[in-house]
Amino acid sequence: MIKTMSEFAASGQQPEVLYWVGCAGSFDARAQKVAKAFCQILDHVGIQYAVLGQEEKCTGDPARRAGNEFVFQMLAIQNIETLNNYNIKSIVTACPHCFNTLKNEYPALGGNYHVVHHSQYLQQLLDSGRLKVEGGSFKGKKITYHDSCYLGRINGEYTAPRELITTLDADLTEMKRSKANGLCCGAGGAQMFKEDEAGDKRINTERAEEAVATGAEAIAANCPWCITMLTDGLKAMDKQDSVMVYDISELILQNI
Amino acid sequence: MAFGIKKFRVLYHFSLICVQTIAILKMASIIFILLASAVFYFAFKAFYTVYQNINLGKPYDWKGQPNGRIKDVLLIALGQKKMFDRPLAAFMHLFIYVAFLMTQVELIEIFIDGIFGTHRFLAPYLGSFYSFIIGFIEVLSLLAFFATLVFLSRRNLLKLPRFTKAELLGWPSTDANLILLGEILLIFGIFTMNGADHLLQQIDPAHYPPVVLPVSSILGPLLFNGLDTSTLVFLERFGWWQHVIVVFGFILYLPYSKHLHIFLAFPNVYFRDPKSRGEMENMPAIMNEVKSMFGLPVLDNSESEELPVFGAGDVTDLSWKNLLDAYTCTECGRCTSVCPANITGKKLSPRKIMMDVRDRATELGSQIKKVAPATNAVDKKAAVSDDKNLFSYISREEIRACTSCNACVEACPVLINPLDIILQMRRYEVLTESQTAEAWTPMFTSLENQGCVWQVPQERDAWIHS
Repeated sequence: MIKTMSEFAASGQQPEVLYWVGCAGSFDARAQKVAKAFCQILDHVGIQYAVLGQEEKCTGDPARRAGNEFVFQMLAIQNIETLNNYNIKSIVTACPHCFNTLKNEYPALGGNYHVVHHSQYLQQLLDSGRLKVEGGSFKGKKITYHDSCYLGRINGEYTAPRELITTLDADLTEMKRSKANGLCCGAGGAQMFKEDEAGDKRINTERAEEAVATGAEAIAANCPWCITMLTDGLKAMDKQDSVMVYDISELILQNI
Repeated sequence: MAFGIKKFRVLYHFSLICVQTIAILKMASIIFILLASAVFYFAFKAFYTVYQNINLGKPYDWKGQPNGRIKDVLLIALGQKKMFDRPLAAFMHLFIYVAFLMTQVELIEIFIDGIFGTHRFLAPYLGSFYSFIIGFIEVLSLLAFFATLVFLSRRNLLKLPRFTKAELLGWPSTDANLILLGEILLIFGIFTMNGADHLLQQIDPAHYPPVVLPVSSILGPLLFNGLDTSTLVFLERFGWWQHVIVVFGFILYLPYSKHLHIFLAFPNVYFRDPKSRGEMENMPAIMNEVKSMFGLPVLDNSESEELPVFGAGDVTDLSWKNLLDAYTCTECGRCTSVCPANITGKKLSPRKIMMDVRDRATELGSQIKKVAPATNAVDKKAAVSDDKNLFSYISREEIRACTSCNACVEACPVLINPLDIILQMRRYEVLTESQTAEAWTPMFTSLENQGCVWQVPQERDAWIHS
């Protein structure tokens, strides 16, 4: 049962954590599945969490990176008003772009929260023993992990998602370019919302080829835009049926 | 009258000292002193111009995070930590770099010897330590020679992709090769000088103090054995002057070259951006405007009368750190070789961004020098009748190809940030020129009207109930 912040407030309760869904999780069919998977895990563990529902707006990341500071400020200031009114202290999100903006950019505008990415949150649940992973369905299977730029290179989180994959007893195989040298999927900096500039190749194809070259049957990702980009890249290679793209939370959900 | 005599005496004594000094100094010393003075005069002027060009940039708040700056300079600039992400190039570079650093000790002596006409002035004072230092420099020079050949072949024979990109064609490639050839000349000078010196030590130990030269004691006899003393003396002097002239050439050439990184890498690391990588610099003017639009209290309402330029259209809109970045860049191309846009054939090359910013700053700087001096960079820019700006160098296609992935930022061994400049130029496009990539306009509209990146028919919480 997914409850909104206004429902919590109406009953005078405060949730343990706010789940920031983001535009992708709210509207993109593929990312909605990730959002639901993550909520199922939270329910399974018994976390009291809330979403903002209709009160949530885009964090403003794509506007800011495209150069439109005005639209960014409009969105960010409204979000901060909402979050501060509900006295939100702790936020978890499944989108590394939302994560980065909430964590690193909102403080300068008056929004100070403890923000974690869902891979970090899941790892903390695992470490504290609240979440138990059985392993099994991915045992011995080759999985490669794609570092999103905004979680990895920009926020330095390389270990939490990898540790989660390791608990699945899967065979984690690194791509040629990984961690600090990871190659972008091509979506960041608001590229997701426009066509590539003229070139020889699309960036997502380059990355999908690299993932396929590992021989993995699944690509684990931590970002809705990466998932879209990699899936499209696999389609361009006609590999969409042999290599699957999963969010970290989906892999975990299959094993609890 | 008494005053006149006193004055005359002072003058008389002064000219005596001058005459005596000139008598002590040999002709070679006089040439050396004149040459060195001219070199330092012109070098100072050129370096000062670079300093002025960097100061065309706006103020920059680097003080946010004072801790660890010295440590970073020691690790990243002096210790070259980030170079070692690519070990082969790192070791080759290290040979040249350490040889360069150690040669500075020898250079002190070269200046003393040059001015006073002495030979190996420091040898008697330093004793066996002198032999150690000079021997160490010899070994390093040999390694540096080897490394320089490797670097020349990587550029000209192996033609590594990052050294053959479009932005390096012409002058930038020549610049790189000139520096490498200069190094070869310098090393030739050192070994000619020391090789002849080694043989002369056995002939005239009074004038040529015994110094152990690990490389030249083999090279010298091999090359110069059987030559008569006067030829050896000539060769020793020839090598010495070759060394000196290449060093002077280097000093004069540096402010016009990408090689400036040997100095600027240090301040560039020291003044590194205190913000976290994920944070774009806030724009308080716009924040306050939006806050008052929503009827929210505005804390710092220090509105200036002038209409501010939003984003960066020219180098005067960038910070001085952005410009320091540009002058620090040695065009190694590590940024470009990891840029996803560049890898997939897009026009964007982060290295080209840095080169363009530097070239524009140099161009604007030289034009400003021609017009009457004004109070600040913005006024100076206004006084220049120049219809160019950064967009004359960098196309919109380039800045629009960036995914903000930070690979270029991560790759730079001396903490240069091309991404920051790209994003400031995007801000200029949207906020000052009101133009942007075609597909971004509908995105801005839906963000503004619906708070979502897409135009969406359903409510934001519909997924919960589906």
